[in-house]
Amino acid sequence: MRMNFMHVRPLAAVLALAGAICVAGAQAQQNGEISISVKDHQFDPAEVHAPANKPLAITVKNLDKVAMEFESGSLRVEKVIPAGGTGVVHVRPLSPGSYEFFDDFHRKTRGHLIVP
Amino acid sequence: MLAALLIVFREVFEAGLIVGIIMAVTAGVAGRGLWVAGGVAAGVLGACVVALFTDGLSQLFGGDGQELFNAGILAFAVVMLTWHNVWMARHGRQLAAELQAAGEAVVSGSKSLAALAIVVAIAVLREGSEVVLFLYGVAAAQGGASWGMVAGGFVGLILGSLVCLATYLGLITIPTRYLFGVTSTLIAFLAAGLAAQAIAFLQQAGILTALDETVWNTSWLLSDSSFLGRALHTLIGYVDQPSAMQLIAYTATLVMIATLMKLFATPVERPQSGPASAKTA
Repeated sequence: MRMNFMHVRPLAAVLALAGAICVAGAQAQQNGEISISVKDHQFDPAEVHAPANKPLAITVKNLDKVAMEFESGSLRVEKVIPAGGTGVVHVRPLSPGSYEFFDDFHRKTRGHLIVP
Repeated sequence: MLAALLIVFREVFEAGLIVGIIMAVTAGVAGRGLWVAGGVAAGVLGACVVALFTDGLSQLFGGDGQELFNAGILAFAVVMLTWHNVWMARHGRQLAAELQAAGEAVVSGSKSLAALAIVVAIAVLREGSEVVLFLYGVAAAQGGASWGMVAGGFVGLILGSLVCLATYLGLITIPTRYLFGVTSTLIAFLAAGLAAQAIAFLQQAGILTALDETVWNTSWLLSDSSFLGRALHTLIGYVDQPSAMQLIAYTATLVMIATLMKLFATPVERPQSGPASAKTA
């Protein structure tokens, strides 16, 4: 009996933690949204603005005929966007600053996210 | 041509570091060449399949297919690497004894080889799918593959493979009695880095948002998009701006591997421990 109880407790803790993470995830959904498109290997707009301290969803539309990889170390994202495709990446609440992003397949294609 | 050379080199370099380590880890184990080659072949095949279905993959799970796929295969690689280290802790001594006794002895290491072949396949698949997508894009833009692109890709492949060879040759100069310790440590850090990368994909998908704040920023010291930064990223999971959850996953993986290795280590003969433990019990 006692053994059983001791096994149940960590499991309950893990479930509670998982639950908390899911709730946090659901809350994060409705915040800052940004749209960027890529055409002829240029970001449009190449400079985007976002509110500070709010989770962001960045939608990237690839209007070119070749795949791109939307990447940023400071935003901690990397996502392949197929030719003509659209992708969404989620970014944590950001503190004020400038965050660079680029196309990993065409390194000259660069843009900035400005958080005032 | 230069673009093809650079991108192929970069991706082959990253996969090559991992393959080089695994070649060194399995040095002297019979049949390892076949397993590693099989892993590479499976990875190349997988890369083509993944590149071909990128569209479909991206649209799965409400647009999070790519992230979940990456997080999933990374987690699987972590399990395989952990399993390998634990297996080596259990059988390593016996393996070393067999190797010393018979040189190229047929060692019963095939289970562990399978785990490592899977890791090779995953590394090649991840980097390879980017190569395929990129080269396909270049070819599509030009209206067909050009000789320049093929030549660039080929040179990139050769140069990247040399890195793999150098990693391997560098590691096997380590004396045998230290090699196990060094490679186990390398594999543990490799696994920890992959776990942290898996976390980043879950954060990017918006699935995991807890503890996503940046803990430190060392981009002024070493950017993770620089050459050395990328190499360290592949080897030990270096990122210049890690999140708290990434650091937790990283540390937890290291602790888990070390604990499991200790738990499952071959029991060392324990002389005169009998009476002492009897007394305390």
